[in-house]
Amino acid sequence: MAKIKGAITVNAERCKGCNLCVVACPSDVLALQPQKVNQKGYNYAYMANPDNCIGCASCGIVCPDGCIEVYKVKL
Amino acid sequence: MDVNEIIKPENLVYRKPTLLNDNTMHYCPGCSHGVVHKLVAEIIEEMGMMENTIAVSPVGCAVFAYNYVDVDWIQAAHGRAPAVATAAKRLNPHKLVFTYQGDGDLAAIGTAETVHACNRGENITIIFINNGIYGMTGGQMAPTTLEGMVTVTCPYGRKPELNGYPLHIGELLAKLKGTCYVTRQSVHTAAAIRKCKKAIMQGFENSMNKKGTSVIEIVSTCNTGWKMSPDKANVWMTENMFAEYPMGDLKNE
Repeated sequence: MAKIKGAITVNAERCKGCNLCVVACPSDVLALQPQKVNQKGYNYAYMANPDNCIGCASCGIVCPDGCIEVYKVKL
Repeated sequence: MDVNEIIKPENLVYRKPTLLNDNTMHYCPGCSHGVVHKLVAEIIEEMGMMENTIAVSPVGCAVFAYNYVDVDWIQAAHGRAPAVATAAKRLNPHKLVFTYQGDGDLAAIGTAETVHACNRGENITIIFINNGIYGMTGGQMAPTTLEGMVTVTCPYGRKPELNGYPLHIGELLAKLKGTCYVTRQSVHTAAAIRKCKKAIMQGFENSMNKKGTSVIEIVSTCNTGWKMSPDKANVWMTENMFAEYPMGDLKNE
Protein backbone atom coordinates (compact mmCIF):
# COMPACT_ATOMS: atom_id res chain seq x y z
CA MET A 1 0.00 0.00 0.00
CA ALA A 2 1.30 3.39 -0.95
CA LYS A 3 2.22 5.46 2.04
CA ILE A 4 0.68 8.89 2.28
CA LYS A 5 2.25 11.83 4.00
CA GLY A 6 0.70 15.19 4.57
CA ALA A 7 1.61 18.58 5.92
CA ILE A 8 -0.26 21.79 6.65
CA THR A 9 0.52 25.47 6.90
CA VAL A 10 -1.38 27.73 9.28
CA ASN A 11 -1.82 31.43 8.58
CA ALA A 12 -0.85 32.37 12.13
CA GLU A 13 -2.07 35.98 11.93
CA ARG A 14 -5.50 34.92 10.67
CA CYS A 15 -5.88 32.08 13.20
CA LYS A 16 -8.11 32.80 16.21
CA GLY A 17 -7.13 29.76 18.27
CA CYS A 18 -10.66 28.30 18.36
CA ASN A 19 -9.31 24.74 18.77
CA LEU A 20 -11.78 23.24 16.24
CA CYS A 21 -8.98 21.93 13.98
CA VAL A 22 -7.29 20.26 16.96
CA VAL A 23 -10.55 18.42 17.76
CA ALA A 24 -11.18 17.52 14.10
CA CYS A 25 -7.73 16.02 13.45
CA PRO A 26 -8.02 12.19 13.38
CA SER A 27 -4.28 11.59 13.92
CA ASP A 28 -3.56 14.02 16.72
CA VAL A 29 -1.24 16.25 14.71
CA LEU A 30 -2.40 19.70 15.73
CA ALA A 31 -2.19 21.67 18.95
CA LEU A 32 -2.47 25.29 20.00
CA GLN A 33 0.79 27.12 20.71
CA PRO A 34 1.31 26.83 24.48
CA GLN A 35 3.34 30.05 24.75
CA LYS A 36 3.45 32.02 21.50
CA VAL A 37 0.61 34.33 20.47
CA ASN A 38 -0.11 36.25 17.27
CA GLN A 39 -0.66 40.02 17.02
CA LYS A 40 -4.25 39.70 18.26
CA GLY A 41 -3.14 37.67 21.29
CA TYR A 42 -4.51 34.29 20.21
CA ASN A 43 -2.60 31.04 20.79
CA TYR A 44 -2.57 29.92 17.16
CA ALA A 45 -2.62 26.33 15.88
CA TYR A 46 0.53 24.53 14.72
CA MET A 47 1.71 21.03 13.78
CA ALA A 48 2.79 19.51 17.09
CA ASN A 49 3.31 16.00 15.64
CA PRO A 50 4.09 16.59 11.94
CA ASP A 51 5.05 12.93 11.35
CA ASN A 52 1.46 11.75 11.95
CA CYS A 53 -0.18 13.96 9.29
CA ILE A 54 -2.02 12.06 6.53
CA GLY A 55 -3.21 15.09 4.58
CA CYS A 56 -6.93 14.31 5.08
CA ALA A 57 -7.80 18.05 5.12
CA SER A 58 -10.31 17.69 8.01
CA CYS A 59 -8.61 20.59 9.78
CA GLY A 60 -8.80 22.80 6.71
CA ILE A 61 -12.48 21.99 6.11
CA VAL A 62 -13.60 22.76 9.67
CA CYS A 63 -11.47 25.92 10.05
CA PRO A 64 -13.99 28.81 10.24
CA ASP A 65 -11.38 31.36 9.20
CA GLY A 66 -9.82 29.43 6.32
CA CYS A 67 -6.28 29.71 7.69
CA ILE A 68 -5.15 26.16 6.92
CA GLU A 69 -3.62 24.95 3.65
CA VAL A 70 -3.18 21.19 3.29
CA TYR A 71 -0.54 19.39 1.22
CA LYS A 72 -0.29 15.67 0.50
CA VAL A 73 2.22 13.35 -1.23
CA LYS A 74 2.19 9.63 -2.05
CA LEU A 75 5.53 8.04 -1.23
CA MET B 1 10.35 13.11 4.62
CA ASP B 2 10.79 16.70 5.66
CA VAL B 3 7.72 18.91 6.02
CA ASN B 4 9.23 21.54 3.73
CA GLU B 5 9.53 18.97 0.94
CA ILE B 6 5.79 18.27 1.16
CA ILE B 7 4.71 21.92 1.26
CA LYS B 8 4.91 22.65 -2.47
CA PRO B 9 2.23 24.06 -4.79
CA GLU B 10 1.91 20.77 -6.74
CA ASN B 11 0.99 18.88 -3.54
CA LEU B 12 -1.76 21.30 -2.46
CA VAL B 13 -5.03 19.49 -1.69
CA TYR B 14 -7.00 22.07 0.25
CA ARG B 15 -6.98 25.83 0.72
CA LYS B 16 -9.61 28.49 1.29
CA PRO B 17 -11.40 29.58 -1.91
CA THR B 18 -9.98 32.73 -3.51
CA LEU B 19 -13.47 34.25 -3.55
CA LEU B 20 -13.20 34.41 0.25
CA ASN B 21 -10.82 37.36 0.51
CA ASP B 22 -8.00 38.02 2.97
CA ASN B 23 -9.92 40.38 5.29
CA THR B 24 -9.86 38.98 8.81
CA MET B 25 -13.41 38.04 9.74
CA HIS B 26 -15.00 39.87 12.66
CA TYR B 27 -16.69 36.69 13.90
CA CYS B 28 -15.79 35.22 17.29
CA PRO B 29 -13.27 32.34 17.31
CA GLY B 30 -15.00 29.12 16.25
CA CYS B 31 -18.13 30.78 14.79
CA SER B 32 -20.05 28.65 12.29
CA HIS B 33 -20.54 31.67 10.01
CA GLY B 34 -16.94 31.37 8.81
CA VAL B 35 -17.46 27.80 7.63
CA VAL B 36 -20.68 28.66 5.80
CA HIS B 37 -19.06 31.72 4.15
CA LYS B 38 -16.28 29.42 2.98
CA LEU B 39 -18.79 26.91 1.56
CA VAL B 40 -20.75 29.63 -0.25
CA ALA B 41 -17.53 31.02 -1.77
CA GLU B 42 -16.38 27.54 -2.83
CA ILE B 43 -19.71 26.72 -4.48
CA ILE B 44 -19.98 30.03 -6.35
CA GLU B 45 -16.41 29.50 -7.60
CA GLU B 46 -17.18 25.94 -8.71
CA MET B 47 -20.34 27.07 -10.50
CA GLY B 48 -18.36 29.87 -12.20
CA MET B 49 -20.95 32.44 -11.06
CA MET B 50 -18.46 34.92 -9.55
CA GLU B 51 -19.63 37.76 -11.79
CA ASN B 52 -23.31 36.72 -11.82
CA THR B 53 -24.26 36.48 -8.18
CA ILE B 54 -26.32 38.88 -6.08
CA ALA B 55 -26.33 38.06 -2.40
CA VAL B 56 -28.50 39.71 0.22
CA SER B 57 -27.06 40.07 3.70
CA PRO B 58 -29.23 40.36 6.83
CA VAL B 59 -29.07 42.34 10.03
CA GLY B 60 -27.19 40.29 12.59
CA CYS B 61 -23.64 39.02 12.83
CA ALA B 62 -23.57 38.24 9.10
CA VAL B 63 -24.34 41.87 8.20
CA PHE B 64 -20.70 42.34 7.18
CA ALA B 65 -20.65 39.26 4.93
CA TYR B 66 -20.00 41.64 2.02
CA ASN B 67 -16.53 42.28 3.41
CA TYR B 68 -15.52 38.65 3.04
CA VAL B 69 -17.12 37.02 -0.02
CA ASP B 70 -16.26 38.93 -3.18
CA VAL B 71 -19.63 38.92 -4.98
CA ASP B 72 -22.23 41.68 -5.29
CA TRP B 73 -24.13 42.19 -2.05
CA ILE B 74 -27.19 44.15 -0.99
CA GLN B 75 -27.66 44.84 2.69
CA ALA B 76 -31.36 44.56 3.51
CA ALA B 77 -33.31 46.10 6.37
CA HIS B 78 -33.89 43.79 9.34
CA GLY B 79 -35.72 40.67 8.15
CA ARG B 80 -36.48 42.04 4.68
CA ALA B 81 -33.80 40.06 2.81
CA PRO B 82 -36.27 37.72 1.00
CA ALA B 83 -38.27 40.75 -0.21
CA VAL B 84 -35.11 42.43 -1.53
CA ALA B 85 -33.98 39.15 -3.10
CA THR B 86 -37.39 38.84 -4.79
CA ALA B 87 -36.84 42.15 -6.57
CA ALA B 88 -33.22 41.33 -7.43
CA LYS B 89 -34.17 37.98 -8.95
CA ARG B 90 -37.22 39.26 -10.86
CA LEU B 91 -35.18 42.08 -12.41
CA ASN B 92 -32.13 39.86 -13.09
CA PRO B 93 -33.53 36.39 -13.81
CA HIS B 94 -30.21 35.09 -15.16
CA LYS B 95 -28.35 35.92 -11.92
CA LEU B 96 -27.88 33.68 -8.93
CA VAL B 97 -29.68 35.35 -6.03
CA PHE B 98 -29.52 34.12 -2.46
CA THR B 99 -30.12 35.50 1.03
CA TYR B 100 -27.98 34.73 4.04
CA GLN B 101 -29.92 35.16 7.28
CA GLY B 102 -29.78 34.31 10.95
CA ASP B 103 -32.66 33.13 13.12
CA GLY B 104 -33.37 36.57 14.61
CA ASP B 105 -33.59 38.03 11.12
CA LEU B 106 -35.46 35.24 9.33
CA ALA B 107 -37.58 33.65 12.05
CA ALA B 108 -38.48 36.70 14.18
CA ILE B 109 -38.78 40.09 12.50
CA GLY B 110 -38.69 38.70 8.95
CA THR B 111 -41.20 35.86 9.30
CA ALA B 112 -43.78 37.55 7.07
CA GLU B 113 -41.29 38.29 4.27
CA THR B 114 -39.86 34.77 4.48
CA VAL B 115 -43.22 33.00 4.46
CA HIS B 116 -44.56 35.10 1.57
CA ALA B 117 -41.39 34.84 -0.55
CA CYS B 118 -41.52 31.05 -0.09
CA ASN B 119 -45.26 30.95 -0.76
CA ARG B 120 -44.78 32.90 -4.02
CA GLY B 121 -42.09 30.38 -4.98
CA GLU B 122 -39.49 33.00 -5.81
CA ASN B 123 -36.47 31.43 -7.53
CA ILE B 124 -34.08 32.32 -4.74
CA THR B 125 -32.10 30.34 -2.18
CA ILE B 126 -32.40 31.16 1.50
CA ILE B 127 -29.47 30.17 3.71
CA PHE B 128 -30.77 30.18 7.27
CA ILE B 129 -28.27 30.04 10.15
CA ASN B 130 -30.13 28.72 13.21
CA ASN B 131 -28.16 29.01 16.45
CA GLY B 132 -31.14 29.52 18.78
CA ILE B 133 -30.03 32.91 20.07
CA TYR B 134 -29.55 36.56 19.06
CA GLY B 135 -25.77 36.50 18.75
CA MET B 136 -24.88 40.06 17.74
CA THR B 137 -26.91 41.94 20.34
CA GLY B 138 -25.59 39.93 23.28
CA GLY B 139 -27.38 36.58 23.46
CA GLN B 140 -31.09 37.34 23.87
CA MET B 141 -33.88 34.77 23.43
CA ALA B 142 -34.87 34.08 19.83
CA PRO B 143 -38.01 32.30 18.57
CA THR B 144 -35.78 29.27 17.94
CA THR B 145 -34.37 29.15 21.49
CA LEU B 146 -34.83 25.69 23.00
CA GLU B 147 -37.18 25.01 25.92
CA GLY B 148 -35.28 25.48 29.17
CA MET B 149 -32.32 27.11 27.41
CA VAL B 150 -30.79 29.99 29.36
CA THR B 151 -30.26 33.32 27.60
CA VAL B 152 -29.83 36.84 28.99
CA THR B 153 -33.56 37.61 28.53
CA CYS B 154 -34.71 34.28 30.00
CA PRO B 155 -32.13 33.73 32.76
CA TYR B 156 -34.19 30.90 34.32
CA GLY B 157 -34.59 29.07 31.03
CA ARG B 158 -37.22 29.45 28.30
CA LYS B 159 -40.66 28.53 29.64
CA PRO B 160 -43.27 27.57 27.01
CA GLU B 161 -46.17 28.95 29.10
CA LEU B 162 -44.50 32.37 29.11
CA ASN B 163 -42.40 32.43 25.93
CA GLY B 164 -44.03 29.88 23.64
CA TYR B 165 -42.34 26.98 21.90
CA PRO B 166 -39.25 26.83 19.67
CA LEU B 167 -40.28 27.83 16.15
CA HIS B 168 -39.67 25.13 13.54
CA ILE B 169 -39.41 27.41 10.54
CA GLY B 170 -38.08 24.59 8.31
CA GLU B 171 -41.16 22.41 8.83
CA LEU B 172 -43.38 25.46 8.37
CA LEU B 173 -41.82 26.41 5.02
CA ALA B 174 -41.77 22.78 3.81
CA LYS B 175 -45.61 22.84 3.93
CA LEU B 176 -45.79 25.68 1.39
CA LYS B 177 -46.32 24.88 -2.29
CA GLY B 178 -43.74 27.44 -3.43
CA THR B 179 -40.73 25.75 -1.88
CA CYS B 180 -38.99 22.98 -3.83
CA TYR B 181 -36.21 22.06 -1.42
CA VAL B 182 -36.11 22.45 2.36
CA THR B 183 -33.28 20.81 4.25
CA ARG B 184 -31.64 21.01 7.64
CA GLN B 185 -27.87 20.64 7.86
CA SER B 186 -25.04 21.42 10.24
CA VAL B 187 -21.35 22.31 9.94
CA HIS B 188 -19.77 20.81 13.07
CA THR B 189 -17.64 18.04 11.48
CA ALA B 190 -15.83 17.61 8.17
CA ALA B 191 -18.45 15.05 7.04
CA ALA B 192 -21.36 17.32 7.95
CA ILE B 193 -19.69 20.22 6.13
CA ARG B 194 -19.37 18.13 2.94
CA LYS B 195 -23.08 17.22 3.14
CA CYS B 196 -23.99 20.83 3.77
CA LYS B 197 -21.99 21.88 0.71
CA LYS B 198 -24.00 19.48 -1.46
CA ALA B 199 -27.24 20.89 -0.03
CA ILE B 200 -26.29 24.51 -0.75
CA MET B 201 -25.15 23.50 -4.23
CA GLN B 202 -28.53 21.87 -4.89
CA GLY B 203 -30.31 24.97 -3.59
CA PHE B 204 -28.36 27.23 -5.96
CA GLU B 205 -29.00 24.89 -8.89
CA ASN B 206 -32.73 24.78 -8.09
CA SER B 207 -32.90 28.56 -8.15
CA MET B 208 -31.08 28.72 -11.52
CA ASN B 209 -33.43 26.02 -12.90
CA LYS B 210 -36.48 28.07 -11.79
CA LYS B 211 -37.83 25.28 -9.59
CA GLY B 212 -38.93 27.51 -6.70
CA THR B 213 -37.55 28.60 -3.36
CA SER B 214 -34.88 26.51 -1.67
CA VAL B 215 -34.33 26.83 2.07
CA ILE B 216 -31.12 25.50 3.61
CA GLU B 217 -31.36 25.67 7.39
CA ILE B 218 -27.98 25.25 9.05
CA VAL B 219 -28.11 24.41 12.75
CA SER B 220 -25.01 26.09 14.11
CA THR B 221 -23.31 27.26 17.25
CA CYS B 222 -22.95 30.64 18.92
CA ASN B 223 -20.28 29.77 21.46
CA THR B 224 -20.08 33.34 22.79
CA GLY B 225 -23.85 33.63 23.25
CA TRP B 226 -24.05 30.15 24.72
CA LYS B 227 -21.05 30.99 26.95
CA MET B 228 -19.01 27.90 26.03
CA SER B 229 -15.75 27.11 24.28
CA PRO B 230 -16.13 26.39 20.52
CA ASP B 231 -15.55 22.64 20.84
CA LYS B 232 -17.90 22.34 23.85
CA ALA B 233 -20.53 24.32 21.90
CA ASN B 234 -20.35 21.72 19.11
CA VAL B 235 -20.93 18.91 21.62
CA TRP B 236 -23.81 20.83 23.26
CA MET B 237 -25.34 21.37 19.83
CA THR B 238 -25.26 17.67 18.92
CA GLU B 239 -26.79 16.74 22.29
CA ASN B 240 -29.49 19.41 22.56
CA MET B 241 -30.13 21.26 19.29
CA PHE B 242 -30.25 18.08 17.15
CA ALA B 243 -32.96 16.61 19.42
CA GLU B 244 -35.21 19.61 18.73
CA TYR B 245 -34.08 20.22 15.14
CA PRO B 246 -33.32 16.82 13.52
CA MET B 247 -31.01 16.76 10.48
CA GLY B 248 -32.09 15.80 6.97
CA ASP B 249 -34.25 16.82 4.03
CA LEU B 250 -37.71 18.07 4.95
CA LYS B 251 -38.79 18.41 1.32
CA ASN B 252 -37.05 17.61 -1.95
CA GLU B 253 -39.09 17.87 -5.16
